Amino acid sequence: MTDIKSDVFLKFDDVKKSYDQKTLVVKGFNIDVQQGEFITLLGPSGSGKTTVLMMLAGFESVTSGVIAIEGKSINKTAPYLRNIGMVFQNYALFPHMTVAQNLAYPLTVRNMSKADIKARVAEYLALVELEDFGSRFPAQLSGGQRQRVALARAMIFEPTLILMDEPLGALDKNLREQMQYEITRLHKKLGFTVIYVTHDQAEALSMSSRIAVFNDGIVQQCAAPAELYERPSNAFVADFIGENNFIKGQVERISDGLAHVTVPGGATVIAQTSDGLVVGASCQVSVRPEKLFIHPTTHAHDNEMTARFISRIYVGDFIRYYFRLPDGTDIVIKMLNDLSAPEFSDGQDGKLLWLTSDCIAFPAAT
Amino acid sequence: MTDTATLAQKPLAPGLNRDDARSAAREVRKRRLQAFLFVTPLLIFILFSFVAPITTMLYRSVYNPTVADLLPDTLVALQEWEQSDESPSDAVLTQFAIDLKRLANDRTSGRLADEINRALPGMSSVVKSTARAVRRVDDAELAANGPALLIDANDRWAEPETWRAIKDAGRAYSLDYYLTSLDLERGSAGEIQARDTQIYVKLYTKTLWMALIITVATVLLGYPLAYFMANTSTSLSNALMVFVLLPFWTSLLVRTTAWIALLQTNGVVNSTLQAFGLRDDPLELLYTQFSTIIAMTHILLPFMVLPLYSVMRGIDSSYMRAAMSMGSRPLAAWFRIYLPMSLPGLSAGALLVFIISVGYYITPALVGGTDGQMISNIIAFHMQQSNNWELAAALGALLLLLILVLYWLFDRFVGAANIKLG
Repeated sequence: MTDIKSDVFLKFDDVKKSYDQKTLVVKGFNIDVQQGEFITLLGPSGSGKTTVLMMLAGFESVTSGVIAIEGKSINKTAPYLRNIGMVFQNYALFPHMTVAQNLAYPLTVRNMSKADIKARVAEYLALVELEDFGSRFPAQLSGGQRQRVALARAMIFEPTLILMDEPLGALDKNLREQMQYEITRLHKKLGFTVIYVTHDQAEALSMSSRIAVFNDGIVQQCAAPAELYERPSNAFVADFIGENNFIKGQVERISDGLAHVTVPGGATVIAQTSDGLVVGASCQVSVRPEKLFIHPTTHAHDNEMTARFISRIYVGDFIRYYFRLPDGTDIVIKMLNDLSAPEFSDGQDGKLLWLTSDCIAFPAAT
Repeated sequence: MTDTATLAQKPLAPGLNRDDARSAAREVRKRRLQAFLFVTPLLIFILFSFVAPITTMLYRSVYNPTVADLLPDTLVALQEWEQSDESPSDAVLTQFAIDLKRLANDRTSGRLADEINRALPGMSSVVKSTARAVRRVDDAELAANGPALLIDANDRWAEPETWRAIKDAGRAYSLDYYLTSLDLERGSAGEIQARDTQIYVKLYTKTLWMALIITVATVLLGYPLAYFMANTSTSLSNALMVFVLLPFWTSLLVRTTAWIALLQTNGVVNSTLQAFGLRDDPLELLYTQFSTIIAMTHILLPFMVLPLYSVMRGIDSSYMRAAMSMGSRPLAAWFRIYLPMSLPGLSAGALLVFIISVGYYITPALVGGTDGQMISNIIAFHMQQSNNWELAAALGALLLLLILVLYWLFDRFVGAANIKLG
């Protein structure tokens, strides 16, 4: 693996993992990571993302393929020689050591002098804003504080790569948002590379430079958050990232990168195409709930179809409308809670409107 | 009542009136009483079956009124006698002769003989023969000629040592049994000196030493097993747990006898060794310290594995991984991270095994021979064979004290808070 471009910091080359010699948990994982990137591995549980992280950390062996850092394979390197920082879901703070001792641990292992260790520990305690907590034990800290200590401990020996295994999973919503900001701040400030595992898409979207969406041991799409949300490359990603409506239909023709699709009720809508779409085959058109509008509207639109109103749920800042298509598919529409939010009576028909650029036609799931 | 009294004086929070406070206090009292009722049956049981017998036993180690009850008048007379090199006055001897005659006719002189013999070996026959001699002498003759009759019957009655022994044995309260337990005795001037035969201190040391070896052996065998069980799949660890608990399902006696079958001269081990030509003459395995240690290690192993396992199961694998990701080698990570985290289980197991083995009786009795005897065997001997319950009680009390001291040391250096059974 000496022929890797110099700007690729971390490379996974067709990495596979099998635990039971029968099935693959990770089926050929490829990714090139630049120095300083924040890569998130996102996927439902059991999709293989944690296994990838454990192989990178060295706690699981690689069945086949190569993991390389700066062009050198680390497949055979012992975990303690990899110099990779790691934040665990349960933080794994050593309960019998104080916060300062926890932070000092990787430094004592590296035989740093006592004075240097003390200075470095103070520096990193300040970095995570826990200056006065050095003499406390982990059990005496709150969840958010423990998270900060775990973060500081993973960074203190200045690894170039830090792995985070669902580090915010145990925190409540407010704290989680605060820590997302904290992690992003530290990442920007110190410039280390992060491989972050989560099943929380909001977390992934708000923090990452790129997200690799995992399903069934395969990366479905690896792209920047906005692209992932706006241009999902397949139905799984479209469904998994954010909320989506899928309208079943038949592809009539494809021209200029646009698919003309006949939808239930007989109307024809025009949608962006995706890979694997075939004329005459059935497909599903995905439209995000917030991109759909109900007639009458001032928003631009070029697709429309009729559906029956079912219910309307008041959420607060927005209102969710539920409509049902003639084939029984439920459609969700999210509308801002303003004066234009219409009222419907049960069973009334409504006209749904949206833009061609906001919908994608995917091949129907087999 | 005190609760309500203090409540009445305490300033109350706004909105809480006296009646509210009183009813809250009543609620607390009711709950306390309920909690107490739950443990009452056990408390009563323990009081009658454990605390009371142990207390009487310990009391016995310092209180022995037999001689005082048998020879009250002689002992009163002996009070004036200074423990010097001279025999006591004739008045004392006369009184003793009268007492001895009464005892001989009551058929209680044998008990006196036993008691005095304990203080001064060899006195049993002296007392018994003298008792026979004075039994038929009439009272007037005894009153007039008692001392001479005694000395005629046996000249040891002229020795001051004999009377010292009687005076010692006559004290209802004495710490002499504790001195004996420590291989000490009182000299002629009442000073404390080492006894000629050193038995008990050596036995205590040996008992502690063997318990220590057994504890270390169970740690060496149990720690890796518990570690493996805690870190393997649940089904496998459950299966292994059955094997760990298997010894509890068979009688202790059966397990010990199994070791006899294994280790005896023509037992499994020796015949195997001989069959393979590894040895010509059989090894002396049974009735040694070795056999006691190996059998007790086997029997006490579950007490080490169980607390270790339950503590280790609570240690997530991420701690070791975290240590290694920070650059610590596995062995160093184990020593700095895993060992301290598993210490509560380790200390609980070690303390359990050590304390149980210090007081262990049946296995050393069966496979120990003379070499593998422990302190509890000698206690049993004094209870059953030599009928010296006072000494047995003193030895037992010292054993208890020893364990308490060890526990105190443990608490000092490891911390009792570091004990966790599950």
